[in-house]
Amino acid sequence: MLEHYLGLLIRAVFIENMALTFFLGMCTFIAISKKIETAIGLGIAVMVVLAITTPVNNLIYNHLLREGALSWAGFPDVDLSFIGLLAYIGVIAAIVQILEMVLDRYVPFLYNALGVFLPLITVNCAILGAHLFMIERDYTLGESAVFGVGAGLGWALAITALAGVREKLKYSDVPDGLRGLGITFMSVGLIALCFMSFGGIDI
Amino acid sequence: MKALRKLMDDIAPTFEKGGKLQALYPVYEAIDTALYTPPTVTGGPSHVRDGLNLKRIMITVWMCAFIPGFAGAYFVGLNANEAMQSMGLTTVDNWRGPILDLLIGYNPGSVWDCLVHGLAYFIPLYIVVFLAGIVFEAWFASKRGHEINEGFFVTSILFTLTCPPAIPLWMAALGVIFGVVIGKEVFGGTGKNFLNPALTGRAFLYFAYPAQMSGDSVWVAVDGFTRATPLGSAALGNDYGVTQMQAFIGAIPGSLGETSTLAILVAAVILIVMRIASWRVVAGCVVGLAATVLLLNAIGSDTNPMFGMSIAWHLVLGGFAFGAVFMATDPVSAAMTDRGRWIYGIFIGFMCALIRVVNPAFPEGMMLAILFGNLVAPIVDHFVVQSKVKRRLARVQL
Repeated sequence: MLEHYLGLLIRAVFIENMALTFFLGMCTFIAISKKIETAIGLGIAVMVVLAITTPVNNLIYNHLLREGALSWAGFPDVDLSFIGLLAYIGVIAAIVQILEMVLDRYVPFLYNALGVFLPLITVNCAILGAHLFMIERDYTLGESAVFGVGAGLGWALAITALAGVREKLKYSDVPDGLRGLGITFMSVGLIALCFMSFGGIDI
Repeated sequence: MKALRKLMDDIAPTFEKGGKLQALYPVYEAIDTALYTPPTVTGGPSHVRDGLNLKRIMITVWMCAFIPGFAGAYFVGLNANEAMQSMGLTTVDNWRGPILDLLIGYNPGSVWDCLVHGLAYFIPLYIVVFLAGIVFEAWFASKRGHEINEGFFVTSILFTLTCPPAIPLWMAALGVIFGVVIGKEVFGGTGKNFLNPALTGRAFLYFAYPAQMSGDSVWVAVDGFTRATPLGSAALGNDYGVTQMQAFIGAIPGSLGETSTLAILVAAVILIVMRIASWRVVAGCVVGLAATVLLLNAIGSDTNPMFGMSIAWHLVLGGFAFGAVFMATDPVSAAMTDRGRWIYGIFIGFMCALIRVVNPAFPEGMMLAILFGNLVAPIVDHFVVQSKVKRRLARVQL
């Protein structure tokens, strides 16, 4: 059992990295990766949001939305999965609101640094993407919790690595045509290459 | 010698600004400074003047890399000759055959036969890699107005030594071009990249052409002969196929330069005594690997035989020794602070053991471990610096 969860975690962090394999959450990934501190802050925020919302949405899906899920209330034929997207986004938005208030109160430095991107975590595709993967792969509650942490951790690692690289690249002499986004995308590609270390197997 | 100096001075105006061939100035400059010490020296009191400049550092690493290179060539020849003997072949079935027939007799017992046979793979490969890479290096240098740096000497030999001996030459050329252009030149040349260029090219080939870069049939330079690397067969739960002493001396199938741990050790001593390679990185790699292996040995597993592999075997097999001495210590992509180097080295050792053991698909995990370490290095440096800043601030405020 433990081995299964560990495999799932490694898979979510390295093999199916949200940012580097599926290119999800790219806007914040590129925009907030100029400084290591803010990148780590955002990474932790995404990880916390994912770790909380993935199991919550798993519960909602399994006990309210999926076909036959409402049989405990006497509606065995009802299939509410069509409002799934709405429900997931609602849960994410609520958790992000709470997170925002907590950060504003206790970590004002991070709150200011993240700026508009903190409320924008709500629509960070990495988070919704992880939830949809969780639904599609039919994870149990335990699996979805591990997967949420893993997906968030993978995204956080990727953005931290990119921030480190970009700080180092400040001293580089990039050709004019590649300055800015161009070299960032190339760096992301090379970082993705380095994250392949656990690829090629099914764990 | 004077005539040569005069020749270089005479042709200099052609390459200097306004001359006919000024686009090729970096090539001229590279040849000139390779032959003679540059006439311009640093002035002013803030500089430490030392005979060891970047050029000397790079050339020393380059020459040291030939120690495992030639040892590797010998063992490539030995493996090939043994394979040919067991298959009953009397000549090499490619363009090398007619030339080698004139020189040697494919006797695995003869040092000469083995060495020449191996060099027939090593030297053409190195020439192709060097030429392919230097063309792009010079092209970028002349377009962008920087100098051709001796860093490429190191990149070319290290890249060559990580290739399987019988790799198709065009593929090696493609790999080194990827490493030089995408791994280094787009960031502005030597010193400005964040990944080791040789490893970037190697990793690119590894994922682009897995059939030619991994598996059982690429490690011995004889067509149609399959022999797994010891790590590969260990991952499948089989016998290593060699004794520990053989693995240490180098008589195992593997990439060109990585087989002989003994030769790498000799090179490592030279590099560390001359203070070119950071001993902290190398020691960190060994410590990290040993600690992780001990941990994994303690955990154990019924299904995965790699969990039980001992530290001594980990040290002598695969690319670990070569990577720790030549790749991880690359001063550009490694951590820059002393404490950072320890952390960086330990992290690489940890990742290497983990990839080897957990991922049976990539038993040769050192390459990917170092690339991942390169990613972590700037972050480690950042936090080491920050912690020092914090400590000093606290002292000031007291």
